[in-house]
Amino acid sequence: MQCPKCHAPMHTYNRNGVQIEQCSGCRGIFLDYGELEALTRLESQWTQPAPPPPAAPQSYPAAAPQAPAWGAPHGGHGAQYGHRRHKSFGHMLFSS
Amino acid sequence: MTPNRLLPDLAAHAEATAHTLAPACGSCMAVTLADRPDATVVRHADTVAKAHPPDSVPADLVPRLTAAARLPGLLLPPLTPAPADLHGRLVSYWPYGRPVDPADPDAAPWEDAAALLAGLHRAPAPAGLPAMRGPVKAARAVKRLRSATAAPRAAATAVLRAWDTVPAWARAEAPQPVPGALCHGDFHLGQLVRHPAPDGPWLLIDVDDLGTGVPAWDLGRPAAWYACGLLPPDEWSRFLAAYRAAGGTAVPAAGDPWPALDVPARALTVQTAARAITKAQEEGRPLDEAEQCLVDACDRMVPVPPELAQGSPK
Repeated sequence: MQCPKCHAPMHTYNRNGVQIEQCSGCRGIFLDYGELEALTRLESQWTQPAPPPPAAPQSYPAAAPQAPAWGAPHGGHGAQYGHRRHKSFGHMLFSS
Repeated sequence: MTPNRLLPDLAAHAEATAHTLAPACGSCMAVTLADRPDATVVRHADTVAKAHPPDSVPADLVPRLTAAARLPGLLLPPLTPAPADLHGRLVSYWPYGRPVDPADPDAAPWEDAAALLAGLHRAPAPAGLPAMRGPVKAARAVKRLRSATAAPRAAATAVLRAWDTVPAWARAEAPQPVPGALCHGDFHLGQLVRHPAPDGPWLLIDVDDLGTGVPAWDLGRPAAWYACGLLPPDEWSRFLAAYRAAGGTAVPAAGDPWPALDVPARALTVQTAARAITKAQEEGRPLDEAEQCLVDACDRMVPVPPELAQGSPK
């Protein structure tokens, strides 16, 4: 999906079981219905006196190199590197 | 001018030069390496003769050849310091070097290429060297697209609109920001050879666009290929990391390189997309998937934030 503010592609991340979308351009975050409540709930658990042992941290996807906002969606299901084998990309690599 | 004589006469000159260097010529035949409107290149044994673009003038080409002769280890040195004239075209002579195998782009020497570019960007620009010609070439590709009236309209519109997001210097409508660095100006995988062939060190070739300018331009093609989803992230990372490790000055040593890369990568995405559209149109075929990726990237481009509009890497 595209960021409603800057129209850059948004990437989906899983934060403690909550799916959030973050814009690859302006880094804005989009929450679906109920997700804010879910995050608030998690936060309140975290601040309780005896918090449960933290689960293995749900990290962001393996750090892809930085890319411009106008770039193709990298990582996840958006990866298109199959084009590398494409004849015309092979030609592009070698031409002005 | 008699263009039909250029190729055979260039071959004859390559042969004469080769035989001067090695009278007992082993494989006595000429091989045409390139025959395009902007360059004709013929190899005879260990000698390569190149007819430079028709608009090439000695005042620009001589300092570029001189720069190549004075930067051993970075650029392939020419056999002769001054160009000859052949049917109105400037001709230079070079030792043969082994190029990257186009059938095996996986063997692309990204690290060597990055180190060569870093070395070039750190080298003092020889006095009298003209401006790097990358922006001129990009503007030319866009001009050709504008005149290709039969080009598919949606694709052409996206590319021309993206061109409008590129600042004046990158459109060759204003001088490049100063101070510039020594730049190759047209880097891609076809601009690398091993010399002495077949296993000598990698060197950069083709001085036609060499000059002072914004060094990030030389990283612009790999950056654009990566940004468009064509070059895998690991190859882009290898190239960028090797460039930084070699002390390249085009991007900051750490952190986000895109403030410096954005403008050149945009301009080169536009250039490549424009060429792809005009070429597809000439061949009477639709854009293929890789070409469409470039147009799609153009379609996503929005104006450069003002703080980047100078495009001058810190």
